[in-house]
Amino acid sequence: MEWKIDESLPIRTQLTEQLASCITSGKYKPGERLPSVRELAAEAGVNPNTMQRAFAELEGMGLVVTNRTAGRKVTEDTERISRVREEQVRNHIDKFFKNMRGLGYGTDEIKKVLLQALEEVK
Amino acid sequence: MEEKLLNIKSLTKSFGGKTALKDVSFELDRGRIVGLLGPNGSGKTTLIKLINGLLSPDAGKIYINGSQPGTYTKSLVSYLPDRMYFADWMRVKDLIKMFEDFYSDFSREKALKMLHGLAIEEKDRIKNMSKGTKEKVQLVMVMSREAMLYVLDEPIGGVDPAARDFILRTIITNYSENSTVLMSTHLISDVEKILDEVIFLKEGSVILKESVDSIREKEGRSVDQLFRELFSVTPNLTGERGEEQIQNVL
Repeated sequence: MEWKIDESLPIRTQLTEQLASCITSGKYKPGERLPSVRELAAEAGVNPNTMQRAFAELEGMGLVVTNRTAGRKVTEDTERISRVREEQVRNHIDKFFKNMRGLGYGTDEIKKVLLQALEEVK
Repeated sequence: MEEKLLNIKSLTKSFGGKTALKDVSFELDRGRIVGLLGPNGSGKTTLIKLINGLLSPDAGKIYINGSQPGTYTKSLVSYLPDRMYFADWMRVKDLIKMFEDFYSDFSREKALKMLHGLAIEEKDRIKNMSKGTKEKVQLVMVMSREAMLYVLDEPIGGVDPAARDFILRTIITNYSENSTVLMSTHLISDVEKILDEVIFLKEGSVILKESVDSIREKEGRSVDQLFRELFSVTPNLTGERGEEQIQNVL
């Protein structure tokens, strides 16, 4: 997969977000076995300890389960996955509103440009 | 409590009245990749040479797994010098033989695998190689040891970005989980992602030792950006601004 690491956020946070999106978008399926920390770290060109910490965060979010014998897998709890997905959607929306308000747009104007844009992509 | 892998205490070194290192102290844990960062002349190579026992300190102590630099620590530390030290007439196979003779922890298998990945053959001669290829071969040799501490002096200094990528990947895939890599560089943006923590050296003193992610968390910017600010030099502003910034960071 294509990894993008930018300058401002902690690297761990960026890895966690990108891996979480792989799971919520279905690129990694529920119950699927995940590549090892080393493999993913090499692929992303990051420190293995940082990748390890990203996995710990994903476990904390309930997206990844660690089995002593089978290694790491995506959770089979699809409800959990949908909930995280909803949170991600919410975050995108919040960010969009924040940016629009930053440009001085009020609610009605936002609605208007949004509907316009939706028409255009149809 | 387990002994620290590297313990440096109040290290001072001068060359003919000019202080290269001034009361440097820090410790390194196992299983880390650590960047030793600083502008030219900040003391990086001096520190590395002291760790490798190539220089002796004027004051202070160095302990590597509990022992001071000497014959024994050479078996623990795999060192990449800032200069090429292989004889030109050698072929890759001679180098492998030399490393096997010198170091009992050298893995021929690991070396051959990495060389194969680079399309370098055992019969290739050093003198026919490009500068970048020579550096890659040298790094392969150093990383093929199962050492406790890898000390790399500017491993990506003289190579193009594609080769840099190869070298950094070689480092992250080949250090073992209990060993530590200490690497000096001034090309921070290239190495930042592979580092656990960084040590900033300025005029022979450690001014910062912190994990990459906690710097990003606190500062909201990369280590590279912080470095550029701390070490920015303007004609009529020497050092003072840096000191002030450091106070803010610490």
